[in-house]
Amino acid sequence: MIGIASHASSLPAELLSHPALWRGSELACATAPSLPTGFPGLDAELPGGGWPTGKLTEILSAHEGIGELRLLGFALAGLSAAGKRLAWIAPLHRPYAPALAAAGIDPAQMIIVRTKSERETLWAVEQALASRACGAVLAWPAAIKYAELRRLQLASETSRALAVLFRPQKTAGESSPAALRIALGTAAGGLAVHILKRRGAPLDRPVVLPAVLPATVTATTRIHNHAVDFPAPAGTPARSTAARLVAA
Amino acid sequence: MLPEAWAVADSHRIVACDGKARSRGVRAGMSASAALALAPQLRICRRDGSAETEALLGVAAWAMQFTPNVALEFPDAALLEISGSLKLFGGLAQIVGDLREGLAAMGFTASISVAPTARAACWLVRAGKEALVTEGERIDDAVSPLPASVLRCDADTLESLEAIGAATVGDLLALPREGLARRFGQALLDDIDRARGRLPDPRTFFTPPPRFAAGIELLAEVTQAEALLFAARRLLAQLAGYLAARSSGVQRFALKLVHRDGGATEIAIGLVTPSRDAEHFTLLLRERLGSVALREPVRSIAIEAADILPLTGDNLGLFPDDTGTPGNWERLIERLRARLGTDSVHGIASRAEHRPERASADAEPGEKQMKLQFGERPFWLLDAPRPIPEVGAVPNYEGPLTLLAGPERIESGWWDDEDIARDYFVARTPAESLVWVYRERRGGGWYLHGLFA
Repeated sequence: MIGIASHASSLPAELLSHPALWRGSELACATAPSLPTGFPGLDAELPGGGWPTGKLTEILSAHEGIGELRLLGFALAGLSAAGKRLAWIAPLHRPYAPALAAAGIDPAQMIIVRTKSERETLWAVEQALASRACGAVLAWPAAIKYAELRRLQLASETSRALAVLFRPQKTAGESSPAALRIALGTAAGGLAVHILKRRGAPLDRPVVLPAVLPATVTATTRIHNHAVDFPAPAGTPARSTAARLVAA
Repeated sequence: MLPEAWAVADSHRIVACDGKARSRGVRAGMSASAALALAPQLRICRRDGSAETEALLGVAAWAMQFTPNVALEFPDAALLEISGSLKLFGGLAQIVGDLREGLAAMGFTASISVAPTARAACWLVRAGKEALVTEGERIDDAVSPLPASVLRCDADTLESLEAIGAATVGDLLALPREGLARRFGQALLDDIDRARGRLPDPRTFFTPPPRFAAGIELLAEVTQAEALLFAARRLLAQLAGYLAARSSGVQRFALKLVHRDGGATEIAIGLVTPSRDAEHFTLLLRERLGSVALREPVRSIAIEAADILPLTGDNLGLFPDDTGTPGNWERLIERLRARLGTDSVHGIASRAEHRPERASADAEPGEKQMKLQFGERPFWLLDAPRPIPEVGAVPNYEGPLTLLAGPERIESGWWDDEDIARDYFVARTPAESLVWVYRERRGGGWYLHGLFA
């Protein structure tokens, strides 16, 4: 038996980085594989260095369209490229195939599930997780109780999928069994990602991600005349958005 | 489950009864009036020969999963030639166990006997005996104690046999052959010889029908859709056996409910890939029946499957897979569709179309995608463009919008009366969201059409 000095700084570096060693000041070491977010600044703050799989993640946004899909785009593109399936359950609007394809998310790997009631939504999410057939399960529940969240958290533990619930910002005060809770807001020059809950020490300041503008916005001089009557369809380079997501 | 005792009668004579009736003293062979005297609550239904034959044919088609050689012995026996199947199914005891279990799942009780000749096996079960005779020398010992009635000869012959003191097959074997042939004809002697394996006994093997149909008459009218599942399960077990015998699967099958008024409701179940898994079928049907409201009580149910598709076996992996077994994805889609409706679960695909609302369409999950180039498109498209006000020449959505890119002019669709003429812009709201808006070129006005998210 070797005596371990009380000062962490005196420990050898290999020992400090050993996955079985956890110090209170550090993030919890996630054993489940995680998916890189595509944003190094965010990866550094997430346990396991990315979106957790086999755990429930909640993304709370103040209003729709704030950038919640751009945030997940890199991970979803990676999953679909690896042949994993993506289930979109009760989305608020129609996911748009041309935009998804341009971002590298293969629509052929997706199913969209429309539900008529909250009960059906929760049932569908649980089925999708329990089937272990999905790489990612994205769901937009209208209102969800703690016990139901707990149920989904348990289902996600058996699934090894990226399980994301999109909820309104006003639910941030409610307690939740989700492993990761993220609130999205805006900040000067980009998207502010507040990590409300994670395994490990809490984070009091938001991670600000640079705004990712569509390619055409940066190339403002280009004007598309995309009508059949005037045959001059200037094509945008296909990789534009995806490439920017990667580079960001 | 049912309060009453039941019996089946053929021309006022009881031919079969259930346990409840038997406990009150009702026996097969009694007259119907005697049975009613013993059990006044007894419900007697008329024997239905065609239903019995149908059931036997169903069992034969199901049993073909154990051997391709199934012969019928009307009205109530099926003969399976299993000597070639013993190795595959793990031995005699195993195959008999599988048969019994499978028949029970379909709601039948059966006597199962094994003998080196088809006729001997048939005699054993006719006498209600369950014996496993595997050696040819033991046939005589096995059939000797059976009553002479197993020969199914006419009533006169049976009476004469009884008169000469030949009550069992063994007594017949003890009689001199010539005398027996002279008195009762060569046919009787040949029958005995076939059972003992001394004469060949060729059989015509059963050929299953090209499509599956099986039904059950319900004992009581059913008003709750979920309650039908119990009876449907038996038919699904039969369907699975029928499919296993043909190494095939079905992609769709229908449950037909026949109502009190003679009308029928058909519940179609569609699968993404062909399957023959009775458990899976039951699950799908359960989800589906959960959302069905019966307009009339149901008298009988039937399951029909017309498109029988070849289904090859799966290769099993050496290591457990992360994503579960292949086929889980299809099963998930089937389960979701069974409960939520087929239209509620779909994939999407891009279409070669300039009009934004048509460039993305609902598709079958997994549909092959075309490689298409579009301008900048939002992740979310609104179901219908939402008019937004224009304040001081600036479109407003959650405040004045800043136009970042555009216009992208889309003018298309003059040929189908849904032509559009729009200038699309990427815009930013005061809350820093990116939206996709357009200005109507005919008549003006701004509309919100998508969210970049």
